[in-house]
Amino acid sequence: MSDIKIKITDREGVLHEVDAPTDMNMNLMEVVRSYELAPEGTIGICGGMAMCASCQCYIKSNHELPEKSDDEEAMLAEAFFVEENSRLGCQIHITDDLDGLEVELAPEEG
Amino acid sequence: MIKTDILIIGAGPTGLFAVFEAGLLQLRCHLIDALPQPGGQCAEIYPKKPIYDIPGFPEILAGELVDNLMEQIKPFQPGFTLGERAETIEKLEDGSFVVTTNKGTKHNAPVVAIAGGLGSFEPRKPLLGNLSRYEDKGVAYMIKEPEIYRNKKVLIAGGGDSALDWSIFLADVAEEVTLVHRRNEFRGALDSVEKVQELKNKGKINLITPAEVVALHGAGKLEKVTVQRTDTEEELEVEVDNFIPLFGLSPKLGPIADWGLEIEKNAIKVDNSLDYQTNIPGIYAIGDVNTYPGKLKLILCGFHEATLMCQSAYQRIYPNKKYVMKYTTVGGVIGFDGSKKEAPKAVVKAIN
Repeated sequence: MSDIKIKITDREGVLHEVDAPTDMNMNLMEVVRSYELAPEGTIGICGGMAMCASCQCYIKSNHELPEKSDDEEAMLAEAFFVEENSRLGCQIHITDDLDGLEVELAPEEG
Repeated sequence: MIKTDILIIGAGPTGLFAVFEAGLLQLRCHLIDALPQPGGQCAEIYPKKPIYDIPGFPEILAGELVDNLMEQIKPFQPGFTLGERAETIEKLEDGSFVVTTNKGTKHNAPVVAIAGGLGSFEPRKPLLGNLSRYEDKGVAYMIKEPEIYRNKKVLIAGGGDSALDWSIFLADVAEEVTLVHRRNEFRGALDSVEKVQELKNKGKINLITPAEVVALHGAGKLEKVTVQRTDTEEELEVEVDNFIPLFGLSPKLGPIADWGLEIEKNAIKVDNSLDYQTNIPGIYAIGDVNTYPGKLKLILCGFHEATLMCQSAYQRIYPNKKYVMKYTTVGGVIGFDGSKKEAPKAVVKAIN
């Protein structure tokens, strides 16, 4: 079992430093859910298919992330509160390279 | 008033399978769903995605699963109220419930099973300060009667299939169609994208990309919108009669949240030790909409919950009847339509 550290700022502005496993086929959205950093039902609504934007987050650190897929691009093009550094958490696979990643959860859509 | 034995709210896989299990017990079902077609998320959001954890199906497309369920429940002749959202519930003196939809359709049943998944799908609304002021005064989130746009100046926002398809359709109806999208790329069926390109070239669709609507104007009703180009930040004003943002749908628990049911984590608490009944006797919650210790939001779990719910519903409807569970291999499936499916009888014949 190997873990990396991720800093996640929740929607209330509270910073959490959590351990995320790299060997459990998890993505960032699932890490947020497993630590219950956002209420159930407000994140990961589509289950991780890049078909909603409920797991949108802003990437604060300079980590090199995998390119956005067409699905993610398209979803972000229709999402709200989108910034330059917006990504869908469900499309970010937890790997060793992401150690020290800093992200902030985007506000919940109305 | 529509009368049935079990009124199921939500026509996703769990709700559909409940019809089958109820049918085996000779109970009739009627389903209400806010979407215009049965299947819930499977049909609306990911019909083309494969599912790998339906027992007995190594791989099945979500849309195929829905088709199969519809076929499986056909003998039990379920009723459907589609495109309407269950709004209010009322308990009558005889203990039965009346559920009324947003369009006023009334349903009466002794048992209500909420199989509402993530909730009803509501249009996603853009974040514009005075948006609600213009709702039904020029702003609409879905197109119900295209004719009302005849000879009107219409602005559609969005980059998916519905934005493309309606732009194409209204190009022949409206006086002027403007399509605004945040990116230059559209996500839709290839022929829709090509058709929009063709209509743009002919000057029948006014395309503004990459851009978004940033302000609405008009006294009383919508008269004008401000569109900002996302690349140059240049703003332009477009005179319109109608603004139709088509940004897809997002699920909301909606009015069910106000039915007096115990809610936890945006889901309805149920008794998982017995029958998935809520805190209101006679109202059950099955599938993704419920929660209990150890809950998993899986279709296969919804099927199980639906099955146990039907047994409990039967006892509730017929408190004095004894029921012994029968295997379909033994009892077959006897439909309300007179159809009968059963295992072929083995031949008993001597071999000399």
